[in-house]
Amino acid sequence: MEKVLQVKDLKISFHTFSGEVQAIRGVNFDLYNGETLAIVGESGSGKSVTTKSIMRLLPEHNSEIKSGEILFEGKDLTKLKDKEMQKIRGKDISMIFQDPMTSLNPTMKIGKQIMEPLIKHQNMSRHAAKERAVDLLKLVGIPKAEIRVDQYPHQFSGGMRQRVVIAIALACNPKILIADEPTTALDVTIQAQILELMKDLQKKIDTSIIFITHDLGVVANVADRVAVMYGGKIVEIGTADEIFYNPQHPYTWGLISSMPDMDTHDEELFSIPGTPPDLLDPPKGDAFAPRNPFVMKIDLEQEPPFFKVSDTHYAATWLLHPDAPKVNPPEAVKRRQNQFAGNAPTATLEKTGQSQFPGKKEGK
Amino acid sequence: MAQREKLLEIKNLKQYFNEGKVNEVKAVDNVSFDIFKGEVMGLVGESGCGKSTTGRTIIRLYDATGGEVLYDGVNVHGKKSKKQLKDFNRKMQMIFQDPYASLNPRLKIADVIAEGIDIHGLAKTKQERMEQVYELLETVGLNREHANRYPHEFSGGQRQRIGIARALAVQPEFIIADEPISALDVSIQAQVVNLMKKLQKEKNLTYLFIAHDLSMVKYISDRIGVMYFGKMVELAPADELYKNPLHPYTQSLLSAIPAPDPISERTRKRKSYDPASHNYEPNEPVEFREVTPGHFVLCSEKEFKQFKVQSK
Repeated sequence: MEKVLQVKDLKISFHTFSGEVQAIRGVNFDLYNGETLAIVGESGSGKSVTTKSIMRLLPEHNSEIKSGEILFEGKDLTKLKDKEMQKIRGKDISMIFQDPMTSLNPTMKIGKQIMEPLIKHQNMSRHAAKERAVDLLKLVGIPKAEIRVDQYPHQFSGGMRQRVVIAIALACNPKILIADEPTTALDVTIQAQILELMKDLQKKIDTSIIFITHDLGVVANVADRVAVMYGGKIVEIGTADEIFYNPQHPYTWGLISSMPDMDTHDEELFSIPGTPPDLLDPPKGDAFAPRNPFVMKIDLEQEPPFFKVSDTHYAATWLLHPDAPKVNPPEAVKRRQNQFAGNAPTATLEKTGQSQFPGKKEGK
Repeated sequence: MAQREKLLEIKNLKQYFNEGKVNEVKAVDNVSFDIFKGEVMGLVGESGCGKSTTGRTIIRLYDATGGEVLYDGVNVHGKKSKKQLKDFNRKMQMIFQDPYASLNPRLKIADVIAEGIDIHGLAKTKQERMEQVYELLETVGLNREHANRYPHEFSGGQRQRIGIARALAVQPEFIIADEPISALDVSIQAQVVNLMKKLQKEKNLTYLFIAHDLSMVKYISDRIGVMYFGKMVELAPADELYKNPLHPYTQSLLSAIPAPDPISERTRKRKSYDPASHNYEPNEPVEFREVTPGHFVLCSEKEFKQFKVQSK
């Protein structure tokens, strides 16, 4: 498959009064043509900062891209001039924000807001742009589009507004669509409609989607591939099946087993102890080590590299090192692994006799 | 189950806003249910369906437009002397949704938690007061050193723990938790839910757990009520509701929850709910009827018979 976007060794810091916050600490990923890549992680893990840097929407006065590049069609987006970036933003790469109540201009008619990118990027006449706006409203499933196009945002419900935001984002048939928690502010029934709409539209206009969310149910619904972020880094990346049925990183284990499935009732929920790391002063070694029940000595000293689980599946945890002890993942994860009928090698956690592995410790 | 002691009886509760005006909103419209001692009753529905208003009316943050709430046989909304009201307030407490907005930023944690202790005179000396605060902090998994800090020094999960400690300070019997975890991260949600479950067992509390996250509600609740447009459409034991949802709205709601399971997600069919699909005759009585023991559905006589057959 063709790569549409490559993010290489991206490091971003924010300068604040209390010091430098290292929000992104070396992120690498590729986005392929036509796929949906979900980025999951808790608040502060850096998922929104990553995508805002792709759109170049980070505040200029206090953010700094320390290193790395974002390659799109051979151009490094981090080095483009503002003028050049404006030609890409909203045309080739566009974004849907979390809160449909605040991402539309309350004083402008819906139609005008949809026409804006069409007139700017595609040099359409006002008349043609308006016709296209009506078509787009129909495309995202808004009834009576001819009347609705002349209404203001407050006349729309939350779900309808999010449809309008999607229509604006898709107006120029972007190659990449970034959706930052697009359904978090919506009810489950509306959420289901919006997710269906996005999947449907993706097929029609063949765009790649980066989908940010913290809801694993939504991820399972939309994603082809999943990247799990923690403490400003991707800690595990793989296809949806690999992440849900054969997760390798203890943080992913924690995330998956802390959600009750329909069968858990009496047993206590697995919970990840502690709180996320303070990125003002990121811990030495693995950022997840203080919350990791399977922590080893090396986790506190050295950051784990990515270990390959399969051609598409990588995880950054020392547990995958050939010399690491074999550990017992939580019950909920084991149940999933048993369910996983795929051909992923499960021998990666094999213990190899007496090892030279520093500070090996049997997990719980 | 029939023998269980009722702690709360909610009878034909109505809460209308802008009553009698053009923009009248029937936020809670003729809702009746019981809450038994020691159980967790879940309340789910979409935003605007009246689930929070129901909770707030039960605890008398709003005065009910009609109907009554009986707590241990006493009407919550009835006329009360100051002392009676105070006694009542001690039995019932609330945990709010947003841990960032529900703590006074200018009070130290010790004072946030001890406010109820002070009001009800539960501590005789300063030392006793602080002892109680320390104990509460430890109960919810925080340290005694936290007592002298301010809310902004805490993370969302920690703040919600403080909110729980505050509710527990007056040793209540019944706690209304209004979306206590929806503002928290997934990894923290489990911590708070585990804590609430543990406290419920230890202190024999009764919860009304309001949420829109159905999988968490299923996990924590014994019984679940589903609300739609101010009405309760279905009420059943948690497992029963998920296995055998009868009302078409409940079915649509359940079919809309994405499960963290890509294989089943690929094949899932979503049902949508159209209120017109009932085809009720004009003036046809639509009532809350018991289809199987403990399983109530809002339905007409005709639907009721149909549900009966379905559930056999």
